[in-house]
Amino acid sequence: MRNLTLKQIFTGIIVLILVILFPLVFSKPFPQHVMILIFMFGMMGVAWNIMGGYAGMFSFGQVAFFGIGAYTSSFLLITYHVNPWLGLIAGGVIAALVGAAIGYPCSNLRGHYFAIASIAFAEIVRTHFNNWKLIGAAEGMTLPMLEESFENFMFHSSKLPYYYIILAFLIIALIVCRFVATSKMGYYFRAIKESHDVAKVLGIHVVWYRLIAIMISAFLTAMTGTFYAQYVLYLDPESVMILPISVQIVLISMLGGAGSVMGPVIGAAILIPVSEITRVMLGHKGTGIDMIIYGALITLISVYQPKGVWGLFLQIGKRMK
Amino acid sequence: MTDQLVQQVVNGLLIGFIYSLIAIGLTLIWGVMNIVNFAHGDFLMLGMFTSFWLYTLYGLDPLFSIPICTALLFILGLLIYRFIVSKVMKGPMLAQLVVTFGVSIFLANLAVFLWTPDFRLIDKPLLHGTWDIGSIKLSVPKFVATIGSFIISLFVFLFLKKTKTGKAILATEMDREAALLMGINTEWINSLSFAIGSALVGIAGAFLSTYYYIHPQVGGTFGLIAFCVVALGGFGSIEGAFIAGIIVGLAQTLGGFFIDPAYKFAIVFLIYLITVWIRPQGLLGW
Amino acid sequence: MKKVPCLEVNGVTKRFGGLLANDNINFTVEEGEIVSIIGPNGAGKSTLFNCVTGFYHPNSGKISFMGEEITVYRADKICKMGVARTFQIVQVISDMTVLENVMTGALLRFSKIRPSLEKAEEVLAFTGLKEKKELSVTELTIADKKRLEVSMALATQPRLLMLDEAMAGLTRVELREMMDLIRKIREKGITLVVVEHVMEAVMEISDRVIVLNSGRKIMEGSPQEVVVNKEVIQAYLGEKYNVVSP
Repeated sequence: MRNLTLKQIFTGIIVLILVILFPLVFSKPFPQHVMILIFMFGMMGVAWNIMGGYAGMFSFGQVAFFGIGAYTSSFLLITYHVNPWLGLIAGGVIAALVGAAIGYPCSNLRGHYFAIASIAFAEIVRTHFNNWKLIGAAEGMTLPMLEESFENFMFHSSKLPYYYIILAFLIIALIVCRFVATSKMGYYFRAIKESHDVAKVLGIHVVWYRLIAIMISAFLTAMTGTFYAQYVLYLDPESVMILPISVQIVLISMLGGAGSVMGPVIGAAILIPVSEITRVMLGHKGTGIDMIIYGALITLISVYQPKGVWGLFLQIGKRMK
Repeated sequence: MTDQLVQQVVNGLLIGFIYSLIAIGLTLIWGVMNIVNFAHGDFLMLGMFTSFWLYTLYGLDPLFSIPICTALLFILGLLIYRFIVSKVMKGPMLAQLVVTFGVSIFLANLAVFLWTPDFRLIDKPLLHGTWDIGSIKLSVPKFVATIGSFIISLFVFLFLKKTKTGKAILATEMDREAALLMGINTEWINSLSFAIGSALVGIAGAFLSTYYYIHPQVGGTFGLIAFCVVALGGFGSIEGAFIAGIIVGLAQTLGGFFIDPAYKFAIVFLIYLITVWIRPQGLLGW
Repeated sequence: MKKVPCLEVNGVTKRFGGLLANDNINFTVEEGEIVSIIGPNGAGKSTLFNCVTGFYHPNSGKISFMGEEITVYRADKICKMGVARTFQIVQVISDMTVLENVMTGALLRFSKIRPSLEKAEEVLAFTGLKEKKELSVTELTIADKKRLEVSMALATQPRLLMLDEAMAGLTRVELREMMDLIRKIREKGITLVVVEHVMEAVMEISDRVIVLNSGRKIMEGSPQEVVVNKEVIQAYLGEKYNVVSP
């Protein structure tokens, strides 16, 4: 958690250049779409990591924040013609407040109990959205086709602008995460993750810091939701707010390495292409083979490499010393 | 109006006893080794499919396939514990949480692969039909399943309280270290508890298959509801799981009746949240 | 003018259901003292500790630190005021290095990383863990872990340090080192309240000893007075031992 080494900065710049050039080289929509998914899930993984990998609150309910973000900005756009960029902020703020409201009574929950509470919370929200006429209930919400522009946060002729916007969002999320990880907050989160007792005797206001972690995580996740809404132009609870997506967010963080800044991005970069490719190659017949592989993969990683890819890097790094 | 109310109470009790049986299996696993089995619902699904295929291929009535379901799920539980779960017990909390999700996804999609996602039904179980008691409709298969679940729950209770092995399990649940000191092989108790818990939910699956739609994703909601029941009853408490199952069944049907059927599961999840907020040890937990 | 006592415990009573863990406990600790609390198992020492440090709230009674009443304060607030503690079962942050652990403590007073780092290094030099600062917690011995825990507590710059069975499980040599450390801490002006079972340590380091038994304070005095007291001996050995006064 010190200053970045020269090697790290150099690698980062190379990767950034590659990523910026990618859609110009691979100009077909499918690869661009896969990359957009990687960035989206990477961002949600980073957001999850702040409350999960660092503060120890393993949430399996992130889709609730995703949905709140997506629906808030879309609803404001459709009903009150509020600019989606403003809607983005509104969605983030509401998600953060909801997160704090549910997080507060859960302040003493840890491990399994917290995980289940997060599932219960997300399911309640999903059920409610499924029945809430104001936002379309189960039929969902369709966004209006506005004129293509940055201001309207809508592009019809190419995926490129979406690509760069979500990349920028991801970079913002990474900067936030790194700031948290290398600051007092990061140390305090890790103490809370270890044990509430240890945190208390070091003078840490456990409840307060837990809420902060949740709020940051919720805000970033909601931002991703708004992006998704503007990208796909259609929302419905059964596609957008279901448990498997929350689980996927946890998985990519664990696969890449929970508790490290870049971990979730690495995890997304591996898992999303794998699941997209297996789905296209094996899943379209509805046989579920792609998911069988997915399930087996998760199980194996949990057992044999729970610290993820980043953990592997660290182990190799230690051995090389 | 009151007729409908009574009907809902009856329905609630009917599903409640099944929830109890499912939850007893889960609370046993949770209490003994402090791990949440997110694949518990998928074991239920496998029990249902076992029963379905035995009926479809060999004409064996679900009630008679119970011994086979028990054996199959017992072995499956044993294998999954030995080769997967036991290995993450010493690992990070996150791995423990995620591993049974992995098993769940694997099993559910294996079922899709083997048997397609189609919904199946056992249309003519041995005990079928409906009794009309006044204006209350009592589905015979549901009633049989309920009574069966109650009887099995009773057996489990007696097994735990009266047999040596059962008492060893309860001892490990209460105080692992003390149990070790008493010479109890806690690793073997872990395997046994996981296997028994899985077998119980397999039996519940056999009972459910007599009237419920059988399909690969059926385990999801039942699994989640089981967590709520276990929390309400008190983690590790068999009696608690039994009582809580009935309460949750009633809450579901009555909540659906008074508020909105679409919210019936949301109400169950709310029960979980309220329980862990104000009385984390549940009704009868320690 | 009378100096404000460091810690005042007045009539503290704590019940758990039917069990009376602390029954009307009264004592005072002056600044700069080393006071030991002893008593057989189940006497209520840990409960008292937890009440003072905000992990439990007493059913009745009053606890004051440096003149300010802290009876119902939150544990982290009490720490901020200057009361630090360790635990019977050592609690440190396992996925951090030794240095990072102590930094987390130092962050209480120095919100920025750099000054906390410097303070942490200073504390580690004081407690003798400087060479091990980059080690992961999992590589430490029990004695070092205890020392780390004390370092973390010291990094919060307490005026009162409460140690819960710091000597348990230590070898003779480690015991010596821990006692030296405690004396060094007192020399820095920090008051110490210590729960202990290791009588040798209690005798050597304490200015005063308080004895609890079955939730009540049965005696208070110098180590020499306490060790020959009939009631104290009976509390430890039981009624059937006939006590002959010297």
